[in-house]
Amino acid sequence: MQKYTDLELQIKSVKYRLALLKYIKMANAGHTGGSLSCTDILNVLYNDVLQVTPDTFHDAHRNRYIQSKGHSVEALYVVLADMGFFPESDLETLCKYKSKYVGHPTRKVNGIEFNTGALGHGMPISAGIALAAKKDKADYKVFTLIGDGELAEGSNWEAAMMAAHYKLDNFITILDHNTLQITGHNVDVCSPHPIDEKMKAFGWHVVSIDGNNIVQLRETFSHIPEVKDKPTFVIANTVKGKGVSYMEGVKKWHHGVPTDEQYNQAVEELNVELFRLRSLIN
Amino acid sequence: MGKANLDVYSETLIELASADKNILAVTSDSRGSGKLVPFADMFPDQIIEVGIAEQNLVGVAAGLASAGKCVFATSPACFLATRSLEQIKNDVAYSNQPVTLVGISAGVSYGALGSTHHSLHDVAVLRAINNIDVVVPADNFEACEAVKAAAKSSKPVFIKFGKKIMPHLPRLEQTYEIGKASIICEGTDVVFIACGETVAPAYEAAMLLEEKGISVEVISMHTVNPLDKTAVLNAAKKCKAVITVEEHSVNGGLGEACASLLMQSGVFIPFKIVGIPDEETVAGSQNEIFGHYGITGEGLFQSAIILLE
Ligand SMILES: Cc1ncc(C[n+]2csc(CCOP(=O)(O)OP(=O)(O)O)c2C)c(N)n1
Ligand SMILES: [Mg+2]
Repeated sequence: MQKYTDLELQIKSVKYRLALLKYIKMANAGHTGGSLSCTDILNVLYNDVLQVTPDTFHDAHRNRYIQSKGHSVEALYVVLADMGFFPESDLETLCKYKSKYVGHPTRKVNGIEFNTGALGHGMPISAGIALAAKKDKADYKVFTLIGDGELAEGSNWEAAMMAAHYKLDNFITILDHNTLQITGHNVDVCSPHPIDEKMKAFGWHVVSIDGNNIVQLRETFSHIPEVKDKPTFVIANTVKGKGVSYMEGVKKWHHGVPTDEQYNQAVEELNVELFRLRSLIN
Repeated sequence: MGKANLDVYSETLIELASADKNILAVTSDSRGSGKLVPFADMFPDQIIEVGIAEQNLVGVAAGLASAGKCVFATSPACFLATRSLEQIKNDVAYSNQPVTLVGISAGVSYGALGSTHHSLHDVAVLRAINNIDVVVPADNFEACEAVKAAAKSSKPVFIKFGKKIMPHLPRLEQTYEIGKASIICEGTDVVFIACGETVAPAYEAAMLLEEKGISVEVISMHTVNPLDKTAVLNAAKKCKAVITVEEHSVNGGLGEACASLLMQSGVFIPFKIVGIPDEETVAGSQNEIFGHYGITGEGLFQSAIILLE
């Protein structure tokens, strides 16, 4: 029995988007676009899949989540706050003097497994944890979230080769495929394509879904591993800046902070969506 | 006030590239943070984008240099001097390819982004690698001259730049040479040997100390390796105390380079290293971090008073 309905999770996503924008605006800093693109992924992972709570976080056999695209830390912070790891109001100190809530994940913050932010670290770390689980004959899983620009880092491919070699079917890499990085579109910067064929050739089971669709995300994560002995690569096709019309698919919002006017518009648009979703209850 | 040294880098590179088609900027999704978007617009054939892949960046830069190109490989200092260290060591330094490695947003310029984005170790690791000049310009003059000197240099150079708007500093001589320190002002009581964006607060401290009748020398040690030994020894011989200042870990940087030289030259005078201590760096903006660790005019003034007592 799942804790939340699809609709309840959809409502949560909008709330997370509102919250992360609020704290980015307060801090006057943040990686806005990439946080909005991966919000639904984090929502489904934490509320539906990981079963990691402040109570279970120190269990040796907990499921692990390593956020390789550490810059999207604002999405992670608001989800962790919602899970009860710390009071949401802590985020009022985001990026401020002496705050532990800095612009990339650190283990100083309750609920965070690894210090990340230099791209290309999540896959090797996760492969290591997944290998330890296999050695211990434990059945927990390891999830990591990477960016599509991040795919250029060679360390991803080193880990991909090794994870297949060790048959790490407890290892799931989720690609936040929003097609943008800082300079522009992946295809113009340094094309990673064809991603699916590359990963298959590296020995992975590959699925491609709408990464902003709660139903598809839940469905995908509910039967992993689908193929025994193979690590899973989820190509989550997302929209960078998802949920805010003027940010969607626009590269400058990678680390843009909205003006007061833009912020109000974003809040209004998200509130309209919240209202629409709430009207669907019953 | 001048500009950010990083802006001077990009303007100087444009100036050089408009006269020399052989100049190439190589970037790793870093043209925006490196202020190279205007460069890319003006010289689309002279910028090479390798994607977010700093190891590849440095390897490719070494290859291009070996084929006769004048290469400026540009990436945030934190990744450039860490992720690509082996490529720097083998492909650039030991293979003696005249690549200029440009570390952008160096030190704690990325302040609140946290320690993944700080580069407080770059000077230490690069000092331990033979055959690469390590250059940390203090102001716009030094930034511009360093870029021009690196373009002409026949050996590897690492230059790091911050994002802060820098004041124009005075200097005894308006000349610049990699490896030769610049004397900002002369004095006989205490000498500040500083580099990069910490020279300006050292100079502020000097002015505060002069008001108290203390005579202060300030040296911009823009080349940390090879160290200008003559400049350090001359200053230490005429002053009663030495304070080094750097936006770097106190381990392995300018301070320890000076300490080692002074000790081995038999110069034993009061000495203090001001930098980022060996602890988890406090969160905050660059200014807040500088304030926290006493890298300000007032903080350095206090350090000098205590050391002279
Ligand atoms: C090793 C490393 N190199 C460079 C960066 C700087 N950087 C931060 S985010 C980013 C772009 C990331 O693009 P992508 O992976 O597509 O992320 P998303 O679109 O999901 O934000 C870059 C280059 C970094 N954090 N780490
Ligand atoms: Mg992307």
